[in-house]
Formats: sequence, C-alpha cells, structure tokens
Amino acid sequence: MEAAASMTRRISPFLLAILMIAFVLSLASIYAGFEAYIRNNSSEGSLYLTMGMTTLIISTYLWLQTRKHMLRFGMGMEPLNTTVECLKCGFKNVRDFQRGDYIFKHTEDQCPKCNEKTMTIGSIFREVKEKEKAREAGYS
Amino acid sequence: MLTIQQVAQVLPGQDNVLSWVLQIVFLGIFVVFMFYGQRIQMYIMIREVEGSLFKLRMMRDEGRKSAIKTINEIGKPQVDPTAQVDRFLEYFAISPVDLDPAGIIWRLEHVLDVQDLRLKEDVKLMAPAADATQINNLENTLEAALMLNIIYKVIRHYYLLGKKTLSLYIIMQVQMILPLIMKEAEAFASALKAFELGQPIGDGAGALVAAKLMRNFEKTKIEKDVVVAKVPLEGRTAYVLKAEGPGGNVGKPGEAIKQVIEQNEGKISLAIVIDAAGKLEGEKTGEVAEGIGVAIGGPGVDKYKVEETALKYKVPVNAIVIKEDVGDAVSPMRKEIFDAADSVIERIKRLIRERTKEGDFIIIAGVGNSIGIGQ
Repeated sequence: MEAAASMTRRISPFLLAILMIAFVLSLASIYAGFEAYIRNNSSEGSLYLTMGMTTLIISTYLWLQTRKHMLRFGMGMEPLNTTVECLKCGFKNVRDFQRGDYIFKHTEDQCPKCNEKTMTIGSIFREVKEKEKAREAGYS
Repeated sequence: MLTIQQVAQVLPGQDNVLSWVLQIVFLGIFVVFMFYGQRIQMYIMIREVEGSLFKLRMMRDEGRKSAIKTINEIGKPQVDPTAQVDRFLEYFAISPVDLDPAGIIWRLEHVLDVQDLRLKEDVKLMAPAADATQINNLENTLEAALMLNIIYKVIRHYYLLGKKTLSLYIIMQVQMILPLIMKEAEAFASALKAFELGQPIGDGAGALVAAKLMRNFEKTKIEKDVVVAKVPLEGRTAYVLKAEGPGGNVGKPGEAIKQVIEQNEGKISLAIVIDAAGKLEGEKTGEVAEGIGVAIGGPGVDKYKVEETALKYKVPVNAIVIKEDVGDAVSPMRKEIFDAADSVIERIKRLIRERTKEGDFIIIAGVGNSIGIGQ
C-alpha cells in the first residue's frame, strides 16, 4: 500500500476555479478596504477589509482542506513485531516481522545467551498507538 | 472591525448600492435553493460517493497489483499471471436454491467445497512453485482482492445508476451506508499485506488459543485442514482442534468436532468453541466474553453440523469470544488480541473445573484463520 500515499485524488476544476475567483476577489476587497481608509472612509474600509479577510480565510482553509484530503489518502498500519524467545533460558529478542515468520516457528538462530539452537517465535503482533485507542474508545 | 451601524448599512432598507446588491444576491440564493435545493444536495452526495469510489478503485487496483506481484515473487510462473488474476477477480459462486430448504446445508457445503477446490487449483496453476502454505496465503490474498473488486463494482453500479436516473433516493442510500462500506474495504486493503506476508490476523484469535494449548503435544490431522491434539488439562482429557497453520486456512471445524464426538461415541462432557467476534462500538478490542452456543462464523455449515451432533449426543456447547471490530479481524493481529489468548485459557480452565469432573473428555475448538500461527 506504499504506493497509495503517492496517489492523489483529482480535484474538480470547478472547485479550483471558484477558489481562485474567491481568492482574487478577497485580495481586491482588501485593496479596496485600504484605499477607503486612505480616503478617510473608515466605515466602507472596515466593511471591505472584513469581507476580504473573511473570504481570504475561507478560501485558504478550503484549499488546505483539499490538500489535507490528498495526504490522508494512504492506509497506514503499525509495524508488526516478532518476539523470538529461547525455550531453554527464556532470553527474548524483539525484532521487525520478516516474511516466513509465524507463531511457534522454531528458528535456526542460536541463542545469544545460552548458545543453544532453541529459539522459537513466541509472539507476533502490532501495537496500536494510545491516541488511536482513545479515538476507538469514543466517549468512555 | 464592523460596528452595528455599519452592518445595518448593508441591510435592506438602507440607501446603499451594496445593500441592494446583497439583497438581490440573497433573494437569488433563496429562489435557487427553493427550486434546486434537492438537486444541489444530490450533487453534493454524488461528489461524496465519487470521492469514496475513487478510493475504492485505488484499493482494488492496489489489491490486484499486490496479488500479481506476490504470485510472480513466490509462484515463479512461466507465463504472465495477469489474465488469470483478472479472471479470478470476477469469480462468483451461486448459492443453492432455498425454495425447498430441506437439505440446503449439504448442498451449500458441496458448493463451498467445489469453490474451495477450484480456487486452490487455480492458485496452483498461477503459482506452480508455491508450497502448500504459500498457496493458502495466495488464495487468501486473491480472495481479499476479489472482495475489494466486488465492493468497488457494487458501489460504482449504484453511483452510476443514481447519476443516470438523478434519483436522490438511490444516491442517498449509498451515501448513508458508505462509511461502513469504506471501513470494510479498508479492512480488506490492510488484509492484503497480511495475507501476502503470511502475518497472523485478528480472526486467528481462536486458533491462537488452541495453538497455545496444543503446543508440545502430538498433533494428528483430522478432516480437511484441521489438526487435533489430545491434551491433559486440569485432570481431564481435552481434544484441542484448530485449522492447520501457518498457511491461511479456516478448515472445517464443524466436521472435525462432529468426528471427535462420534469417535468418542458422544462421551464428551463439554465442548468449548473459541472464536473472534464482532465488537460493539465502545467495547474494548480484546475483551473476552463467554456464553452458550456454537461460536463459528461463515456460511453456517460448520455451525449446523456441531449443533446437530451436540443435540444428538446431548453435549453442552459453550462459547468464548474475543471481541474485535471488522478491521482488526482481517488486519495483522493486535497486541490486545494476542494478550487475550492467555485470559481465554484461564477461562477455559475455570469452565472445565466448574462444569466437568476429573477424567472427563472435553473438546476445545479454536476457530478462525490460522494464517501466521503454527501449532
């Protein structure tokens, strides 16, 4: 699924055009607001500035949202840990999962502690982050 | 910033060009929404479905690519397997007629057997160099890709139908169930990687419990892809069953339990079935619960066989389940699920101490996909 993250969703040209128009209008409105202030018309200036700033914030927010949507597209999964343990002395070693690993597989590895070839895969699991667990739990 | 007076200037009734412009715009929006509100809502829904459909298509394509890549890597085929994979992704099975339900279980079992045999043979043809474990894993990978293809095609069907007919109700139905469908599709997408690499998945929780119990005891093969070990437990003799691992396999636990009961002429004091079960929102992953009945999912053939045999010999059947959601069931096993296996074993020991006498024979069946779990 690594490739998934690099794939991007097609953004509607219509939406892009609207965002662009809103962005240009907001800049024009801000310019008009400053001009009105220079002409000592503070009420008109405030109105144009507020309109311009609001539109600028909304259009920027929408643009950022579409970008965020693209980045969130991948399907992430926590790495899987394999625990290899020695049946004789109980020595444990945690490493990344490798193709061919399975629970209760006797590996050919030598135990670094007792030098016996009694290493077995005791567990394979992934650990979900606390943040994800809290999201799962919902209200409780 | 704006004062109340400044805002009032732009409201209707003020002698201000901008206020008139705004008034016309507001009226225009009101009229548009009055006549085209539903249509606008429908277009918004169509856009939402379209977005999800894009994501589903991406998952489907990734599934297909991943299956082809794994077949090429493991199976070392002489010819390009793409055409065979594409044929596999369109595979279907027709369930038996249910107008006359008598005997439907046996007919369904036959259809499932033929399907399983056919899929395995197809995978063997695609990947001639793969061993039995790899063939099972490849079959699981292709099945996950097949599921993604089906989900994509069904959603595409309703999306296009809704767009073609401009029916709000067709689009609305798809849009409403879309979050659940996407969750399922994402689960299958993450399952692809697990199946491809032979990683244990959440559904294997029951098989893991059985594997822990039968470890270091002699195992014999019973029925299709199921192993059994005679394990002394709390002064009783337990027949511990699980699907043969570490290949992706669920076996036929129902038929295996039936055979063990019949081999013992019904002298089984207790049968305990352990399986992963869907959790409700708010429940914790890896939570253990126990109850009565046959905890075997799937089309119902295995459950039926256990129920029939248990009834015939009056064997009490208890169930212990490990709670997890659909995503966890097909994705690599979580620590909470792995850890739950030990608490299930404690519950099994308590159950047999409470419900049986020393010297009794019992059955402990760990149900679920044995991928990545040896014995």
